[in-house]
Amino acid sequence: MVYSYYPGCTLKTKAKELDIYARRSMEALGITLEELPMWQCCGGAYTASVDEAATKLSSVRALIDAGQKNTDLVTLCSACHNVLKRTNYDMANNAEFAAKVNNYNKGSYPEYHGETKVIHFLELLRDTVGFDNLKKAVVKPLTGVKIAPYYGCLLLRPGNVMAFDDPENPKIMGEFIRAIGATPVEYAMKNECCGGYVTLEDNKIAEKKSARIVDNASEFGADLMVTACPLCLYNLTVNTEGKLPVVYFTKLLAEALGVAEGVENE
Amino acid sequence: MNNNEMREEIIRRTGADPLKCMKCGKCSASCPSYDEMEYHPHQFADMIARGKIEPLCNSESLYKCMSCMVCNERCPRGVKPGALVEAVRLIVIRQSGKNHLSQDKIPQLLNPELPQQAIVTAMRKYAK
Repeated sequence: MVYSYYPGCTLKTKAKELDIYARRSMEALGITLEELPMWQCCGGAYTASVDEAATKLSSVRALIDAGQKNTDLVTLCSACHNVLKRTNYDMANNAEFAAKVNNYNKGSYPEYHGETKVIHFLELLRDTVGFDNLKKAVVKPLTGVKIAPYYGCLLLRPGNVMAFDDPENPKIMGEFIRAIGATPVEYAMKNECCGGYVTLEDNKIAEKKSARIVDNASEFGADLMVTACPLCLYNLTVNTEGKLPVVYFTKLLAEALGVAEGVENE
Repeated sequence: MNNNEMREEIIRRTGADPLKCMKCGKCSASCPSYDEMEYHPHQFADMIARGKIEPLCNSESLYKCMSCMVCNERCPRGVKPGALVEAVRLIVIRQSGKNHLSQDKIPQLLNPELPQQAIVTAMRKYAK
């Protein structure tokens, strides 16, 4: 099976690991991720305003490109996923917004109304591969490791648009952790904000927010935490002085599938 | 824009209706930036509804919102306080010379490990 894939700016730079482990893992699971040749940065943030069209053009163009290849579009970074999915929702459901964007694109892109499906990598694992099949493909189960899933904001909210999981009590990462043979840790702060981009200007806020999350995961017995978001990983480690190891979920996936060796050299 | 024009513009841009707010306070109780804000999410809804928008435009609270969207998610009346905060911020930063952050300031704010995502997001939130 072939999917279009949108890595985003950070997965090409500070979060290369998140990307490389993901590609290797999907290859091992028999799924091809084809990077869109002309993707542009999503901008990192969706702006909730009907007249904010120009900042969402890069997302719409990626969605159109994937659609022209007759493929769904797979995302991995939580921020890219949030921006692409919400923009796609607007193109399908907000006629005023869609008309503005289609006007911008006239002459270079076909008219678009949200036809492409946006799928997060975890949804691909759950809904296409299946966690039962993933479990069967695991060669090095992470038996006995207690892992706290950290969702943050961007994968879950707004719940009606993201339609990813229950925004107040998500389960998907817990099921993923079980599939790779480890034990998921339930804790209260799994869907609370790490402080996000505010850390650029005022890292004290992010320190407070991230410390509460990491402490809560520790209290409930986590050995480590997993996330899909480079900025969450930064806040939960750099802004807490690394009290608890935090890794990308794709790293553990690649380890469990036996394809993690030698990533540093790539 | 005067206060009434701003209110109509905010409602139009966000599709949120601050008049629906029933003052339950769930948004502010959920807000991770509550302690850092001069005006809290429920006050944005209330002050926009009453046309008191100038003080919001001049408040640092606009730049403390993390856009975590938890207030929007938990509001039982669909008021979307986070979208209201964003709409006020847009009114400010879309004016000439009113950017909250300029590119030249970024190098001195950088931690070498900070992901690019944080920079592009902050620029999108703080500047036009």
